[in-house]
Amino acid sequence: MKFVNNLIASKYFSFFVTVLLFMILYAVGIMTYKGFMRPQVFFNLFIDNAALIIVTVGVTFTLLIAGIDLSVGAVLALTCMMLAYLMENTGVSPALAVPAVLVVGTAFGAFQGYIITKFDLQPFIITLAGMFFCRGLTAVISRDTISISNPFYVGIASARIGVFGLGFVSVGAVVALLVLIVAAIVLGYTKLGRTIFAIGGNESSASLMGLPVFKTKVLVYTISGFCSALGGIAYSLIMLTGYNLHGLGMEMDAIASSVIGGTLLTGGVAFIPGTLFGVLIQGVILTFITFQGTLSAWWTKIVIGALLCVFIIMQAFITAHKSRLSSKSSLEQTTPKNGPANP
Amino acid sequence: MANVLLEMRQIDKIFPGVRALSKVDFTLRAGEIHSLMGENGAGKSTLVKVLTGVYGRDGGTILLDGKETTPRTTKEAQECGISTVYQEVNLCSNLTVAENIFIGRQPKKHGFIDWTTMNKRAAELLQRLSVRIDVTKTLDHYPVAVQQMIAIARAVDVSARILILDEPTSSLDEQETQKLFTIIRQLKKQGMGIIFISHFLDQVYELCDRITVLRNGKLIGAYDVDKLPKFELIAKMVGKSLSDVQDFEKREEKSQPSEEMFLEASHIGCTGSLVDMDVAIHKGEVIGFAGLLGSGRTETAELLFGIHEITHGAITVNGKKMHIKEPMAAMKQKIAFCPEDRKSSGIIEDLSVRENIILAMQAKDGMFRHIPYKEQVKITDDCIKLLNIKVSSREQLIRNLSGGNQQKVIIARWLATQPELLILDEPTRGIDVGTKSEIQKMAITLAKKRGMCVIFISSEMDEMVRTCTKLIVLRDRRKVAELENEDISSENVMRAIAGGEG
Repeated sequence: MKFVNNLIASKYFSFFVTVLLFMILYAVGIMTYKGFMRPQVFFNLFIDNAALIIVTVGVTFTLLIAGIDLSVGAVLALTCMMLAYLMENTGVSPALAVPAVLVVGTAFGAFQGYIITKFDLQPFIITLAGMFFCRGLTAVISRDTISISNPFYVGIASARIGVFGLGFVSVGAVVALLVLIVAAIVLGYTKLGRTIFAIGGNESSASLMGLPVFKTKVLVYTISGFCSALGGIAYSLIMLTGYNLHGLGMEMDAIASSVIGGTLLTGGVAFIPGTLFGVLIQGVILTFITFQGTLSAWWTKIVIGALLCVFIIMQAFITAHKSRLSSKSSLEQTTPKNGPANP
Repeated sequence: MANVLLEMRQIDKIFPGVRALSKVDFTLRAGEIHSLMGENGAGKSTLVKVLTGVYGRDGGTILLDGKETTPRTTKEAQECGISTVYQEVNLCSNLTVAENIFIGRQPKKHGFIDWTTMNKRAAELLQRLSVRIDVTKTLDHYPVAVQQMIAIARAVDVSARILILDEPTSSLDEQETQKLFTIIRQLKKQGMGIIFISHFLDQVYELCDRITVLRNGKLIGAYDVDKLPKFELIAKMVGKSLSDVQDFEKREEKSQPSEEMFLEASHIGCTGSLVDMDVAIHKGEVIGFAGLLGSGRTETAELLFGIHEITHGAITVNGKKMHIKEPMAAMKQKIAFCPEDRKSSGIIEDLSVRENIILAMQAKDGMFRHIPYKEQVKITDDCIKLLNIKVSSREQLIRNLSGGNQQKVIIARWLATQPELLILDEPTRGIDVGTKSEIQKMAITLAKKRGMCVIFISSEMDEMVRTCTKLIVLRDRRKVAELENEDISSENVMRAIAGGEG
């Protein structure tokens, strides 16, 4: 019983559940479909979801400080469009276009963060405005699809990086993995990361402890903007187009993945490997549907909707369980103390 | 004489419309525990916040070790060696114990946070304060008392020069308080200057060396603890000289309680807020809960109204034993409660006077029972007349009324539910003298004419003495005296609060 209690109270419980769910889904896939066993199916999860992984990492940062970023999908679309426009219509080399769109995405995130923090506004509304703005701007650049045909860029897009001879991954997938690793290190082992956690835990405490709250909050939205732009590059490597409706609703997929991966919308709790598995679960379900062949891809949404609901309820239970445990442990601690102190 | 660590001279702080501090001096010596005393709004926390850089100051100088300093942020204050432990623990419950102590100053190795060293140092630090816990667990695993110790550990490790403790004992029990005091004395011996703010007089007298008294933003004086008897301290805090208190004015005709008992509470208490309280309320009685802020007077009222559940004791209403778990249960027993803070827990600003008055009645009758508009109008008009509420129309928004009239609307709201017991917590705070006496008279009239019981809670001794037929005096969450009829006087109340001294 004690073991179970500790397991549930552990900060990784949500993560364990997510990983377990992923493994069950994968095992069922292997048992049902012959081709599921191939390692490449697993690698494809990373290739297909590279952009979503990167964007989800950014969103996780904002959720950690009890904020939100709804503009990520639109920034991603804007990035794709700007890349395509720059390379195809103006002939700028990728070596210049890629840094340029990264700067634009990052600056946009920083701007949103500054507005939110400076005027103490609802991040929901500001990033919603940002979402409309970017989506609109994308359409202004071009209402039609622009295909990317720059040979160097196409070359990168089709590059295959072998993994121990078991299969291959794309450049985008490698970038996504790097982003995951860097994010995990930043959150776990730097002052910035821990300050982000502290702000999510209790913002007024964080400022009374003398932590740089303003700076950190702006930085969080900046990181989210950067991740959206980087995700946009990864997305363009798969699609090789700029199109106004790219990444439509991706902000919601990202938030859902993050929550399934153990992030609390109330802030202060998130685990980067969990975030990865949150995305992978979505990927597995989509793979299922591909293998099955006749089901609509929208079934992914139905399953994700149900999962999200289950996970939110589970988190509520965990929180309740924890507070029960802490009230119990306070009793346990005071009882022996009372004994000997009263001679 | 020990050397002076901190000197604040002629500090001024003005908020829009209010002079929160005017020309306040404060001196803290190394190795002393100095208490800041004063009633609510006296300027204690403003002074502390000026010192810790939360507020800027509008005048005066702060000398730290004889050098002028102006901390602009909490961080700068911490760097000067000033740190604060607040009443509500200001830590992050999602972080580990070790992290809460070291966040912002984490030890590093190769540019990254060194968790092993941090956990080791945190464990050592807590051991010195004789707290033995697992520092790698998150803070929400531990009770408030332990969290308080952790906050102190953080403060001590951050600065180790000046430590400000703002109501540190309000959520601790006796044993935990003693443990905390041991730690504070230990720190004092190391030459730290400690500012201790508490409403618990006994604790102040047990722990502190000197007391600085503030009242209404002005310095009343700084005294050595052993030269200032409790009685005098209270007189200074509430702003009465001894002679003032002795010739209290002749009171008006009071209500005569009947023999019939309405509510009887025996040995009620609630862990952390009240210890063993007896109250007996007769029909037609105006009973006062007197005591300093934090003495348990509001807490008692809240227990009777079911805002918090009692953990000990029993409540009997009309001869029947009742378990009042929630306000609705209390309302069913015809108990009404006008809370202390009318801005945040009383009025609903964007509703009209009529809607505000109907609220409690509607809640009591069930949300879905329709109260005909005509009936609403009648109740509202009756109340406006009875309480003499000055409104342009019954549909006027309550936010546009003066404080006194807002208070009357709140009282009207509860009168509309036809209560038998009306609890008024600080009904006259912040309203003009005329309305004050009207409300006092109203309390007496209700008791006299309708046989209603009224519990009257106020910080103003005069008004309690004038209004109540019985006074229960509280100190440190305990009942210390019960005064009736001729015994009711400011002097007796103050004596009771001081604990028979003076």
